[in-house]
Amino acid sequence: MTTDTTEPAAREKDASPGAEQPQGATRSERLTSLAQQHGALVALLVMVLVASLSFDSFLTGDNLENMAVSSAFLAVVALGMTFVIITGGIDLSVGYVFALGGVLAAWGSQYGTLVALILPLAVCGLIGLVNGLLIARARLAPFIVTLAAMLLARGVLLSVTDEGSTTYLVDKDAFFARLGQEKLLGIGLPVWITVALFGLGALVLRRSRFGQYVYAVGGNEDAAALMGAPVARTKIAVYTLSGLCAGLAGALNAAWLMSGVTILGTGMELEAISAVVIGGTLLTGGFGFISGSLVGVLLLKVIQNVINQIGSLDSAYQQVVSGAFLALVVIAQTWLGRRRRML
Amino acid sequence: MTAAPDAPGQPPPAQGTPALAVTSLTKSFPGALALDEVDFEARAGEVHALIGENGAGKSTLIKVLTGVYQADAGRVRFLGDEVRFGTPLEAQDAGISTIYQEVNLVPLMSVARNLFLGREPRNRFGLIDFRAMHLAADEALRDLGVRVDVTRPLRTLGVGAQQMVALARAVSVDARVVIMDEPTSSLEPREVATLFGVIRMLRDRGIAVIYVSHRLEELYEICDSVTVLRDGRVVHTGRIADLDRLRLVSLMLGREMGQVREEGLTKFSGDHAAAGEPVLQAEELTLSHMLHAVSVEVRPGEVVGLGGLLGSGRSETAKAIAGALPPESGRVLVAGSEVRTGSTPAAIRAGISLLPEDRKAEGIVPGLSVRENIALAALPGLSRFGLVDESRIDRIVDTFMERLRIKASSPHQKVGELSGGNQQKVLLARWLAMQPKVLLLDEPTRGIDVGAKAEVQKLIDELAEDGLGVLLISSDMEELVEGSDRVVVLKDGAVTAELTGDQVTEDLLMQAIAAPLPADAGDGAGTPPGPRKEAGDD
Repeated sequence: MTTDTTEPAAREKDASPGAEQPQGATRSERLTSLAQQHGALVALLVMVLVASLSFDSFLTGDNLENMAVSSAFLAVVALGMTFVIITGGIDLSVGYVFALGGVLAAWGSQYGTLVALILPLAVCGLIGLVNGLLIARARLAPFIVTLAAMLLARGVLLSVTDEGSTTYLVDKDAFFARLGQEKLLGIGLPVWITVALFGLGALVLRRSRFGQYVYAVGGNEDAAALMGAPVARTKIAVYTLSGLCAGLAGALNAAWLMSGVTILGTGMELEAISAVVIGGTLLTGGFGFISGSLVGVLLLKVIQNVINQIGSLDSAYQQVVSGAFLALVVIAQTWLGRRRRML
Repeated sequence: MTAAPDAPGQPPPAQGTPALAVTSLTKSFPGALALDEVDFEARAGEVHALIGENGAGKSTLIKVLTGVYQADAGRVRFLGDEVRFGTPLEAQDAGISTIYQEVNLVPLMSVARNLFLGREPRNRFGLIDFRAMHLAADEALRDLGVRVDVTRPLRTLGVGAQQMVALARAVSVDARVVIMDEPTSSLEPREVATLFGVIRMLRDRGIAVIYVSHRLEELYEICDSVTVLRDGRVVHTGRIADLDRLRLVSLMLGREMGQVREEGLTKFSGDHAAAGEPVLQAEELTLSHMLHAVSVEVRPGEVVGLGGLLGSGRSETAKAIAGALPPESGRVLVAGSEVRTGSTPAAIRAGISLLPEDRKAEGIVPGLSVRENIALAALPGLSRFGLVDESRIDRIVDTFMERLRIKASSPHQKVGELSGGNQQKVLLARWLAMQPKVLLLDEPTRGIDVGAKAEVQKLIDELAEDGLGVLLISSDMEELVEGSDRVVVLKDGAVTAELTGDQVTEDLLMQAIAAPLPADAGDGAGTPPGPRKEAGDD
């Protein structure tokens, strides 16, 4: 093995560990890694093709723009979740943190745009920070810590909205509302913000030292520690990031709806986890990429849209299809993983 | 060699000056003193062997030196300055690199990313410069004679190549001290040669190398000096050339040659009337890096000991026989009929029971009761139509608790509350409930108190008398010699000698263990006069 004669070529092309094409690797290995990376994208394209052939109303500007904007909020939540899952963790709190972010932003908007943004980010970031501290320093299980945080966020949410009976509205003339309403080149501002955040996220994950630590912690935590990676700080950072993303998504959503809706966000954590996993990120950590999560979100939203288009189908079917799809992806991942080990 | 961007820039110290020295280092864990006033010194430009059997404190010492553990007392001086490393990162930044036995890298990340994790070359925007990183990684590996595509995920490389990446990582940080913990345990001979070349290069550059290995041949080939640890203390330190193999082994094992001692300190009664056809035949078991054509036979009523140092392949042999490790070739026969290898259920069905080395990790379920622990493995045989026959279990549990003299308040006491010796008896009962033909015992008395030890030894004796074939692995020389009718000696995964009858003595066993491998027989000190030699395949 030491005298592997593979020529180190095509160096420039590098991305996340997932995107690395093993030069000279066996054909089936390359196929496996292709399937893992682009399986979701292929499914999305097929889905879009079928939908646009079946429904005239699918490929219309309005429908697409609508889908894009409604995808944006979930996408931002999934962005943070991707970092968490690559470290081998999970964040169940994001659904209610998202809702809390929205309510806080709507309430804060009466004091100006700055408060409407800073307040949810501060509170939600703090929740994430506490999650991270408990997981990394006290070494508690992410599942249980973030479950507790979810209940806590829900409690705070209910108390600031008087058990959900008070709905804070965003003044439609406020600058904050424009963040959600304004369009650029015919596309809503939340979409542009999301795209920018994903670009930034991909850059951080691929090209920063922190990104390398994220992969290393998820890939082999003990090894990462022995190689001198700041394991605890990395974990704290990803949970804080996840809290911030959920809070920001909530705030943008409030700006878009022009109110802080308390019932939103329920079950969103599961949707976000589904999207990340469908996008090719391993739930066991150490492998995954940002772009996959975006594809995963879009796929879920297209499924939802198609089922709505059918009309005669109960919207509950959307969950059946999403669930089935998720199960398929996980089965495929396990299978591919096993194949890889055998190669 | 690549100069790492953030490496410490001290000039290499002169040859022979102490690079890393510890004095009176003490470290204890709950219930165990791992290091007891240890003094140790690694000099620049020398390869220092650190050796000792299981539990001697090598790993603890290494972990203290590299900042994984904090010492309770004592001082560490690095390049003359007193230091205290709080984390592995601090030790690394100071210039102490470590290569662990198990490759400690991230399998899903690329070779280059593994090499440069935490010190990636960055451009002026603070972003990682992959082009520079890949070139540097390629160069660092080429220096070690390794040519791989550095963009490939690490896991696509062979174990040997992965170990080389770990080595490249360790040396490319411009280390002053490189610690290697059994680096050759998974390497091919060709790769070992490459590794030794690198070690010599490091030594000539004035780097202190601390080398941990159980392979005596390697120690004498590559090391300049040696420190022997036993039970957390330094029992010897000095030039390795001044210490012959036999002396080295006796220091490690804590047994003196020709030591006067009373017979019968253990509860073994000695010879058994081993008769008839072998109940267990393991033929030419081969497992890459671990076993080379190991053959062992056990007759009914016979206790066969497996002798050898840590890492010689004793546990691996037992595991291969019991189906817990799949051998690449070789056969296992029980009472003449072949057993499918690599399958624990098949081995258990055939009548092979393995009492594993690490009872906490591989055997006992502390939260379950004595009764449940005993019945666990036998359950399929004790149930009908999926329903468990409770009264039969009670009978079996009562029988074994009495026969093995298990001290528990009731069969319903939790096993976790019992003493180590009684836990071991519960495990033994579990396997005996399966009515095995062959019992493989891996360190059956380790970590249990003296009284319980004697009882377990007596039990082993009784079991053999009842006609069970027993394969006994023990690092306790006395136990092995007194308990076994025959001793098969393993070294580097091959059978090198077999002691029978009067030959089963500690002196001859130690000589057999210290003997050079057949391939280089005659060049080493202390060639054993006595034991019959069986040619290993290696």
